[in-house]
Amino acid sequence: MNQGRDAQPAFRHRTAEIVVAGFIFLLGAIVIYDSVRLGARWGDDGPQAGYFPFYIGLILCASSAVNLVLAMLNRRDKDRTFVEVGQLKLVLTVLIPSAIYVALIGWTGIYLASAVFVAFFMRWLGKYPWWKVAAVSIGNSVAFFLIFEIWFKVPLPKGPLEALLGLN
Amino acid sequence: MDEVQSLIQGFVVALSFKNLALMFVGIILGVIIGVLPGLGGANGVAILLPLTFSMAQTPGGTTSAIILLSCIYWGALFGGAITSILFNIPGEPWSVATTFDGYPLGQQGRAGNALTAAFTSSFVGALIAVIVITFLSPVVARFALEFGPPEFFAVYLLTFCAFVGMSKEPAFKTLASMMLGFALAAVGTDPVTGALRLTFGSTAMLSGFDFLVAVIGLFGIGEILITLEEGLAFKGAAAKINLRVVLDTWKELPRYWLTSLRSAAVGCFMGIVPGGATPASFMSYGVARRFSPNGDKFGTGQVEGVVAPETAAHAAGTSALLPMLTLGVPGSPTAAVLLGGLLIWGLQPGPLLFIEQKDFVWGLIASMYLGNIAGLVVVLTCVPAFAAILRIPFSVIAPIIIVICAIGSYTVHNSNFDVWMMVVFGVAGYAFKKLSYPLAPLVLAIVLGDRAEASFRQAMLFSQGDMTVFFSNRLVGTMTGLALLLLFWPLLSWLLRRLRASA
Repeated sequence: MNQGRDAQPAFRHRTAEIVVAGFIFLLGAIVIYDSVRLGARWGDDGPQAGYFPFYIGLILCASSAVNLVLAMLNRRDKDRTFVEVGQLKLVLTVLIPSAIYVALIGWTGIYLASAVFVAFFMRWLGKYPWWKVAAVSIGNSVAFFLIFEIWFKVPLPKGPLEALLGLN
Repeated sequence: MDEVQSLIQGFVVALSFKNLALMFVGIILGVIIGVLPGLGGANGVAILLPLTFSMAQTPGGTTSAIILLSCIYWGALFGGAITSILFNIPGEPWSVATTFDGYPLGQQGRAGNALTAAFTSSFVGALIAVIVITFLSPVVARFALEFGPPEFFAVYLLTFCAFVGMSKEPAFKTLASMMLGFALAAVGTDPVTGALRLTFGSTAMLSGFDFLVAVIGLFGIGEILITLEEGLAFKGAAAKINLRVVLDTWKELPRYWLTSLRSAAVGCFMGIVPGGATPASFMSYGVARRFSPNGDKFGTGQVEGVVAPETAAHAAGTSALLPMLTLGVPGSPTAAVLLGGLLIWGLQPGPLLFIEQKDFVWGLIASMYLGNIAGLVVVLTCVPAFAAILRIPFSVIAPIIIVICAIGSYTVHNSNFDVWMMVVFGVAGYAFKKLSYPLAPLVLAIVLGDRAEASFRQAMLFSQGDMTVFFSNRLVGTMTGLALLLLFWPLLSWLLRRLRASA
């Protein structure tokens, strides 16, 4: 097994701190830019649309700049692990399929996508026999269909399968 | 004695068959949500909020809807204790302190005692908080009727500065996360001038970011990603509660009345000023350890060490509704979600609610008394069933929770864009949590951003841009001064420490 590699740090704590603070700083800069474009001063009829967000952006940039500097100066966190390789793998095994699932919703509707998503997890990570996989994944989607479409009358995205079954 | 009369009327509203049934449904759903990893009070209520849209349209329906949602909240508060004691996994952040003594008790085969103590003291904490709400909120509401825009802005300022002054997280991270919330709230159409802000020509951004989606992503998806890191196996103590154990524990509990009272006071205070249930539970655990004669045995399985954090967490969670109802300023993320519900149903939270929607307010307050009694009964009798939920393998429950989160985000605005945003917020929540950026101020800023801005601009219009309006009378001046004191508190305490160190 590659036990040794899995326990190695994928990212260090300090790197993560710097990336997040830098990203927030960037967002703050965007807010300031757009507020200035809209007008961040005092107009004829009171504060302009960008007045309030301008200061928000300013504080956002200032506080993330402080966080950035603190992260760079911090020696104690320098070698601390943010996430180990093995942990990151586990996180990505959920995150990537989730992103694909969300993309699938737009295509096939939420019920089919959910059934595929649950089935994928049970088969791939849980190694369940196919009949259990089918029962849980289809049962789950049918239950949600009953709860949302029938009982609470909240329509969820549907796709070609529902059209085929005449459930639209 | 107006309050007592209003309360009796509230009981009449809450005691209808339909509302009582909803109470039990809410509690059971809430405990399930509290037990499951990735689902908690805030995002559980957020996901179920769209289901109440049609319910709220019927006459008296808003009261039923708030009873359902608030009971989910109480249920989630109860549920957190189950996983802490049996599995050493805090189902909710506020039950972390419960694991310190609760899990050792469970390992010693006294899980039943620990659970009974936790549930009972949760109940006591909530009860004290509801009594506080009953008698204090009409006073606060009457007081707040006099508020103008400068006063309201001062209240918002106080709320947000309290986060900076009182949170355990680094002050500048709290500030950054809060401002990020305000920036997200500003996206979309400017409510005053109608100008488009920060949309950069994208139609999906026109309606702005909904805080419900942020709550589901940050707390739901983010939490699942963090749980994943720690591995997938749950190993737990067996849960058995019988009448003997319950009665034995109840005999023991009155001994800790002083701890209960102290913890409830800490909890109520932390809930009303937005400290939240989590710091309240830690704080009262610490206080109890210092003052208890058995303080040095804390951490080895003391019933008192379960009583203190649970009482405080429930008192804080419950009293967080006081500022939400009277001022429209929620004291916790879950209270913020409930506030969002009120707005969607067409109710304006704030002092006028106590005049215009008497049935609603007092029905809700009465349901808090009843809901917590119902909660105590449900959790004491059904613990084994709830604990069994945690034995469902992660590879089955995780995708189902993600599906539930996706459905919840979609139903907010019927938009796929929101589901994508949920994933983005999930990644952000994961990173923020690991780097100890607090999430509660972010969520509260998204909720209150628009209204804080509106009251700020109105106040500025009043005074023609003169900032001294926030010090123009004694009331607003006190609040602004207090807010600034809290804002600079981390700096002041740092300076004080330095001075003392050098002296």
